[in-house]
Amino acid sequence: MNVSLILIILLIGAFATYFVGDKLASKVALFFSLAALGCSIVLLNHFCAGENISLISAWITQPKISFALNADGLGMAMLLLTVALTPIIIFSSFGNEYKNAKGFYALILFMAFAMTGTFLAADGLLYYIFWELALIPIYFIALIWGNGDAEERRKAVVKFFIYTLAGSLFMLIAFIYLYQKAGSFLIEDLYKLNLSATEQLWIFLAFFLAYAIKIPIIPFHTWQANVYQKAPTVGTMLLSGIMLKMGLYSVIRWQLPIAPLAAKEYMNIFIALGIAGVIYGSIVALRQKDLKKLLAYSSLAHVGLIAAGTYTLTIDGLRGAVLQMIAHGFVVVGLFFAAEVIFRRFETREISQLGGIRTQSPKFTSMFLILVLASVALPSTFNFVGEFTVLYSLSQINIWFAVLGGTTIILGAYYMLKMFQNVMLGETNSKTFTDVSINEGISFVAIIAVLIFFGFYPKPITDLITPSLETILNVINKN
Amino acid sequence: MNTLIAITGLGIFCLLFEILNLRKAIVPITIIGLLGVLALNFYEFGSTASYYNNMITVSKFSTTFSSLFIVLTIFLVALSHNFYENHPTKISDFVALKVFLLAGGVAMVSFGNLAMFFLGIEILSIALYVLAASDRLNLKSNEAGMKYFLMGSFASGIILFGICLIYGAMGTFDVAEIHEISLSAELPIWFPIGMILMIIGMLFKVAAVPFHFWAPDVYEGSPALTTALMSTLAKVVAIATLYKLVYALNLVPSLDNQDLLGTFENIVVIISIASMTVGNIMALRQVNVKRMLAFSGISHAGFMLMTLLTVATSSGVLLYYSTAYALAGIAAFSVILYVCKNQDNEDITNFHGLGKTNPLLAAILTGSLLSMAGIPIFSGFFAKLFLFNQTIQAGYIALVIVAVINSIISVGYYFKLILAMYSKEPNQERTGKPFLIYAVAIVSISLNIILGLFPSLVLDLLN
Repeated sequence: MNVSLILIILLIGAFATYFVGDKLASKVALFFSLAALGCSIVLLNHFCAGENISLISAWITQPKISFALNADGLGMAMLLLTVALTPIIIFSSFGNEYKNAKGFYALILFMAFAMTGTFLAADGLLYYIFWELALIPIYFIALIWGNGDAEERRKAVVKFFIYTLAGSLFMLIAFIYLYQKAGSFLIEDLYKLNLSATEQLWIFLAFFLAYAIKIPIIPFHTWQANVYQKAPTVGTMLLSGIMLKMGLYSVIRWQLPIAPLAAKEYMNIFIALGIAGVIYGSIVALRQKDLKKLLAYSSLAHVGLIAAGTYTLTIDGLRGAVLQMIAHGFVVVGLFFAAEVIFRRFETREISQLGGIRTQSPKFTSMFLILVLASVALPSTFNFVGEFTVLYSLSQINIWFAVLGGTTIILGAYYMLKMFQNVMLGETNSKTFTDVSINEGISFVAIIAVLIFFGFYPKPITDLITPSLETILNVINKN
Repeated sequence: MNTLIAITGLGIFCLLFEILNLRKAIVPITIIGLLGVLALNFYEFGSTASYYNNMITVSKFSTTFSSLFIVLTIFLVALSHNFYENHPTKISDFVALKVFLLAGGVAMVSFGNLAMFFLGIEILSIALYVLAASDRLNLKSNEAGMKYFLMGSFASGIILFGICLIYGAMGTFDVAEIHEISLSAELPIWFPIGMILMIIGMLFKVAAVPFHFWAPDVYEGSPALTTALMSTLAKVVAIATLYKLVYALNLVPSLDNQDLLGTFENIVVIISIASMTVGNIMALRQVNVKRMLAFSGISHAGFMLMTLLTVATSSGVLLYYSTAYALAGIAAFSVILYVCKNQDNEDITNFHGLGKTNPLLAAILTGSLLSMAGIPIFSGFFAKLFLFNQTIQAGYIALVIVAVINSIISVGYYFKLILAMYSKEPNQERTGKPFLIYAVAIVSISLNIILGLFPSLVLDLLN
């Protein structure tokens, strides 16, 4: 039994969903995503028992490319994030009607397939292929099922696609160059390379372009807010919950260990870019009138902090970053879902037109409040664990980084609570707001349960990821 | 050799069908005949032989490329059925011309003598001139044929002049003999000059910048099926022949002996960059799909020319690239033929809403465009990957960076078409599901994906 099983389930699921037709598509998709989740948990048990669940088989002989999937703790954690969020995302869409639903749900599963592959691939080229494959479904999801004016949407989506593709093609050149040096795309061979400082710098920058656009890090973020706003909520969830984690994960897995000298030499610059994102994102979020755009900019602020954490090259920074990646994945999906729940009832996302929901819907209010508080890293939520660890690691590099990065909590609390106040509290809205349905409630409860459980007891995840992060750190520090 | 004879025989048979009044059966019978030729060609694979005093040499290179040409011709003949529905009396002429064109193409990759090479290029070109002008009541088609004929004759003349100079330098037309003599230390300057003239002529056929001016007009004016033929089969034939010329006449080592190699490589780099960039930037502005694909073809020619920098090792890469490109082109054109049937132009507006009215064909066109843009799992991606790998290995990293930037630009216009299909409202109803068009589209895109999943199938043929 090995991890390729998950990929197979998701891929078959994508085709099955397409062929069962529009009526059953959503249920079949949910079934396959839950099957993938179940299988992942079984695999996790095998993994914790010390079994080898990785896979290597030859694929192309010349140039030598292998089909290599490597499941270490980090990979497993990201895999679990993907397969746990996918059913939640699919389930959360049950309240909406989509035209051509079979295509829609098939694309979601296909995207989950590609993202899982990205997290598991241990061969540079295979990784690159999955990385690019993940782009195609989200392009169509945002383009065909998105909302707002068609012309603006088209512009936003094309910009997103060209940006990300441009970045990743430079990563491809870097990989080909590395292949010339190492004679193989396998990650362990790439780790062993001894590259000169200049080579490392160029490779670091080529990778950086790909990841900075995906994450996004300032100044490569300009595609983000528009796409988040224009995409259907499911697409936004996939993008912000999982896809941008691909960039952060890749920094840890590929960029830092392959070009450690450059990472050390220019550490301050990249941490500063991450923190600039925190401050910029927070300030812009303060002025947003559209609920989804506000969440998009808050997401920009949070991932800026995560990116800064990864570039500290300390075990705390990496661990905090991974924890925060998972926590942020859940919380941002929850928040976008809350925005969608409001939209289903009021048909608007303008914050100024909302208000007074609390009196009509106490259940929804309390769930939304928990999510808001989690996103501003209130102690006892999972986000607190992650954000605190990252800030601690930043303080070890330079106390000012921690101080400036800490503004995410202060500013975050300000704009999130202000948003909450305007949306939920205040005078009773003249429109009626029916309380959350059972289906919606299940999604919320699942997300909140994860956030609170790991907020109190993050040990299972830290135990899972720490050994593999230490291995990566050893590679970084070997020379 | 047998392949060539069989193809010519098949062409003559096609003409006889006209007399025997068997026009309805011509497409299936020609396809079966071509499949037979393909089998014959497989049978010859791996053997090396030369015939008629070295006029024709059969090698792995010639058999693999011939197989590719035959497969492409099968697709093109299959598409003819639907395309020439309105001209039932002419169909056997058009099919026969395509088969003769294939004979020219096969001769061009299996020549052992420059005379044979020239014969091949003329057979191919004359068939193409006629096909370009084959919609004889249409002014644009006439213009295209005339333009192509004038420019093509110039190019043929230049090639012939080059051949003469080489004969003057070497005293022979025989490729094997030239191959040997070219390594001797003292060569008259006529040899490189003759080679340059021949290469210029071939660059014209390939439509590389700055010899590309004919391409957009001719592509736009010709009947769509002829455009499909030019942008897939004819382009691949031309680039393979150019590669074979440079390789078989031992140009690179010979130039190396005379310290001219650097100049040659610089020229290749410049032409390659110019073709990619000009092709892509001009394509961005086009509203006519055929014209857009003409410019896209120019930029792909630029990519394929990169193989000339690593001529000793890159035949496999060239085969893979041209296969991937041609299969994507065939899939794209079969959709275009379906969509633009009975329309007076091939503007992008015709494609509006195809994703809603005909999701299958829209998906196929999307796939083929993604393949041309180099998005993974389609073979176009691996083609670019292998090409870049080869080129970086030879030390041309700057060229690869330019090529990558061009790939990004190309996404701009390929996606213009994809956007039109999926985000605009349909403006017309289409009825009928012509079986052969669907079959060709599905088979070619499936082959494209299969080659993406298992690139070694083609890549290792020439190693």
